[in-house]
Amino acid sequence: MHLTTDNMVRRKEVLESSCEQRARMLQDQFSVSVNHVHALAILVSTFHYYKNPSAIDQETFAEYTARTAFERPLLSGVAYAQRVVHSEREKFEKQQGWTIKTMEKEPSPVRDEYAPVIFSQETVSHIESLDMMSGEEDRENILRARATGKAVLTRPFSLLKSHHLGVVLTFPVYRTNLPPHATAEERIEATTGYLGGAFDVESLVENLLGQLAGKQAILVNVYDVTNSSDHLIMYGPRYPDGDMSLAHESKLDFGDPFRKHLMICRYHQKAPTSWTALTTAFLWFVIGVLVGYIFYGAVMHILKVEDDFHEMQELKVRAEAADVAKSQFLATVSHEIRTPMNGVLGMLGLLLDTDLDSTQRDYAQTAQACGNALIALINEVLDRAKIEAGKLELEAVPFDLRSILDDVLSLFSGKSRQKGTELAAFVSDKVPKVLIGDPGRFRQIITNLVGNAVKFTEQGHIFVQVHLAEHTKSVMAAKANACLKRGSDEVEVIASQTQFNTLSGFQAADDQNSWENFKLLIADEEFCSDASDNWIPTGEDSESVTLMVSVEDTGIGIPFQAQDRVFMPFMQADSSTSRNYGGTGIGLSISKCLVELMGGKINFISRPKLGSTFTFTAVLRCQKNASSDLKKSPLEAIPTGFNGMKAILVDGKPVRAAVTKYHLKRLGIIVEDASSIKMAIGALCGQNGHLRSGNGKRPDMILVEKDSWISSEDGVLPIRFIDWKQNGCMLLPKVILLATSISTTESDKAKAAGFANTVIMKPLRVSMLAACLQEVLGMGKRRPQGKEMMKGSALHHSLLHGKNILVVDDNMVNRKVAARVLEKFGANVECADSGKAALMLLSLPHKFDACFMDIQMPEMDGFEATRQIRLMERKENEKIKTREVTYEGGSKTEWHVPILAMTADVIHATYEECVKCGMDGYVSKPFEEENLYQAVSKFFESKPI
Amino acid sequence: MLGLGADRLRADMNRLLALLFHQGVLDEQFLQLQQLQDETSPNFVYEVVTIFFNESEKLLRNLRELLLDKEFSDYKKIGIHLNQFMGSSSSIGAKRVRNVCVAFRAASEQNNRAGCLRALELLEHEYCYLKNKLHELFQIEQQRAMAAAVRYPIQD
Repeated sequence: MHLTTDNMVRRKEVLESSCEQRARMLQDQFSVSVNHVHALAILVSTFHYYKNPSAIDQETFAEYTARTAFERPLLSGVAYAQRVVHSEREKFEKQQGWTIKTMEKEPSPVRDEYAPVIFSQETVSHIESLDMMSGEEDRENILRARATGKAVLTRPFSLLKSHHLGVVLTFPVYRTNLPPHATAEERIEATTGYLGGAFDVESLVENLLGQLAGKQAILVNVYDVTNSSDHLIMYGPRYPDGDMSLAHESKLDFGDPFRKHLMICRYHQKAPTSWTALTTAFLWFVIGVLVGYIFYGAVMHILKVEDDFHEMQELKVRAEAADVAKSQFLATVSHEIRTPMNGVLGMLGLLLDTDLDSTQRDYAQTAQACGNALIALINEVLDRAKIEAGKLELEAVPFDLRSILDDVLSLFSGKSRQKGTELAAFVSDKVPKVLIGDPGRFRQIITNLVGNAVKFTEQGHIFVQVHLAEHTKSVMAAKANACLKRGSDEVEVIASQTQFNTLSGFQAADDQNSWENFKLLIADEEFCSDASDNWIPTGEDSESVTLMVSVEDTGIGIPFQAQDRVFMPFMQADSSTSRNYGGTGIGLSISKCLVELMGGKINFISRPKLGSTFTFTAVLRCQKNASSDLKKSPLEAIPTGFNGMKAILVDGKPVRAAVTKYHLKRLGIIVEDASSIKMAIGALCGQNGHLRSGNGKRPDMILVEKDSWISSEDGVLPIRFIDWKQNGCMLLPKVILLATSISTTESDKAKAAGFANTVIMKPLRVSMLAACLQEVLGMGKRRPQGKEMMKGSALHHSLLHGKNILVVDDNMVNRKVAARVLEKFGANVECADSGKAALMLLSLPHKFDACFMDIQMPEMDGFEATRQIRLMERKENEKIKTREVTYEGGSKTEWHVPILAMTADVIHATYEECVKCGMDGYVSKPFEEENLYQAVSKFFESKPI
Repeated sequence: MLGLGADRLRADMNRLLALLFHQGVLDEQFLQLQQLQDETSPNFVYEVVTIFFNESEKLLRNLRELLLDKEFSDYKKIGIHLNQFMGSSSSIGAKRVRNVCVAFRAASEQNNRAGCLRALELLEHEYCYLKNKLHELFQIEQQRAMAAAVRYPIQD
């Protein structure tokens, strides 16, 4: 729009200026011509009238005008008409030799006066002798001209010859010089003739426009507007076409004040619609459309994305729900399968009790084994489902990592002995004695890894190590540096070795565990063992400690192509694996989940045919005041009778020696190394001969690794032992054989060679080691097998023994059963049949150590009862604080009876709800030993028998 | 001969138990119950089961009364009774009784009176069957105990 108006304005301006230009040019040319005619008039008056005789005749005039025609380009011709009054007509006609004619070329009728043309330019010679006063326009012109004494113009009319439109210009010629302000009468009187010229306006204007550029573009009309109501056209078409919308008028002054002229210019064509405007508009339109489309597209896209997002969200919710449902289903189904399976197993147990022949017994035993395997699998699936459903919660109870390792080793000792593989565990001294975490799950991971290792290893060793992650890292870094410095010659030496420096001498997948590194780890340990006797955590976070556990085996290893799916559930290396070795392959995936729950990572290095090393880290918290809480741990039961004893260990393999040393150290025994029996005896003799200053104490025992004994066996050295015995020269240290497996002939031989009766069988465990040593050394038999029996129900026995426990259940049968279970564990049980009764019994002060509370009871349910009990306790505690009430001895400073919910609903038991109303935990109903133990262990210390 | 009799009785007992397990009348909870029995409470299973019978008969009577009442509408009370029944039956491992209780409760939650009545009949039937079988079991047990006692008068 702006462009268009701009264009319009510009167009108008152009029109205006060109119109004005044309008008001015026309006017100028016109006035030039008029001036010249004026000059002619003066010429005529000067030479025709003032000269006597006249200097001008027709011939002179014609020639002069012809020669000066260039001065009057606009005039088609000029002529001079003399004023002749009627009285002079005859004389005049005689003088001229012709008669005065009218315009119609007829002899003029009689008039007052005449104005016949006497001189004329050649171009208009046809009007000679014509009476100008006979023409209407000319007559008017003449009359006006002589009255005013100025040039006058006729209105436009068709010229005689050319039939062009034109005007006639008339100048009066006076006989005498008139005064400047002569009146009209004086002028008329003085008039002697008229000089006239015809302006051919049409050709005039055409010529003029021809000189100008753009004449085609602009249409020019010239009007005589003397009569304002009736415009007389002088030039241009009568009905002008072209652009009627825009016109410009310019006034023309042709020197005749009577007549007014006007020039109107128009554009020949309508304003050419501007292409730029058009294209711009079009572009704008296109841009608009595009932008609109883009906007529309964006909006549509946003809507679509939003829709998709909602859809995805819904799908996600559904998928999650499905996932949860799947896990719940798995959990429920596994739970439901467990129940009948227990029935099957129970019945199989009963069946095995009956009289069966060997085949039947075999069948039944097989069935039982299968059933057990199935139960184990179901438990694993349940675990996984629980983990996936986010139901698995890790406990945080203090436990002794070392005894857990011992437990695991004892679990697999039978199998490993059978296969003749060596099974050993080593825990770094830097690992705190008491850690806080989930011992059950920790054990589960290690059991799984060790179980796999045992399963896939036919020869060699399985070695479990526990170090602190930071420590291992720093040592490894140091080692890497050292290796770099030492250069490559070392490598060759290692490569040429046939016997590897590992636990059993077999090569392991991960070189990290070879003696080279192990030595560094241990050396570092020994170096700072004095300083870190009561372990001070060095990390920033003194609360938590990261353990690094590695399980190394020399088994068949994992094929490379299977290594990336080791941790996927139900994946085994290949289908033949499960055929050859059994198992479902779910264990590792569970272990992985558990490790991740413990904030660690699990990975492995495996080389086919060489073995695998699984390593995992776990973040556990360590007990800050370790010493005070040590006795709280029910599993901590290492006898202290060996404290300060001394032993010499004969073992050619440093790693193995380190493991044995670790176990002996746990018993408080100081150990010295000897790589062979000879060395050991040498050490002894040396001691006998001249007492070493530093080590005054004689060793109490010599432990000999079977390999070392066999290798040095020529009967010579063992004889030395016997010699000593026979000499009886001194109190001989006991010589004990260490072995993974031993045949009867070997053991006989050993006895003959002077070894003690007891052979310490590997894998080493502290309890077993202690028992054996007690036996050998003849120390007080403090129930040597007791530690073994401590596990299992005996533990619960001690845990609940003598405790006063209240069982609250409205169901008589349930009450009876629950009471019986607890009684069997040695507790004193009282019963209450409702929440109210329980409140009565628990009104303070009371004697109960714990309360098992049914949740679903009429009148007052377990939650409500608990709330009330807690309220009561809180009030009492306030009073104790303010010393309103005191109890004898002042021992009771706070009342808080542990309340455990009993619920039949294991899967959906909402722990949070129990906690919310003040309960301390829950046990499933009917009681399961393990479950009960876990729940109760948090509240009672074990009382050693 | 008496010793042999004890063994035979023991086998009988196991057979009966196996049958009951097979039929799904009992589940492993009953075995747990048996494990709880020892010298300190030699009649534990019998005692518990007797309590169970007494309680259950009371409950069955109440249930029947409630359901036969013409203007009966107290399904809530039925639910409470059934919860009791379920609790005690699962405690002694009476699996089939428990399962019928679950169905019964489902019917009562839907206020389905016809279903409730059907379930009640089924429950009574299951209960009677259980009672008979357990009585049988206890009889054998008693005989076995007597036989064992005769064979080894002073065992401890």
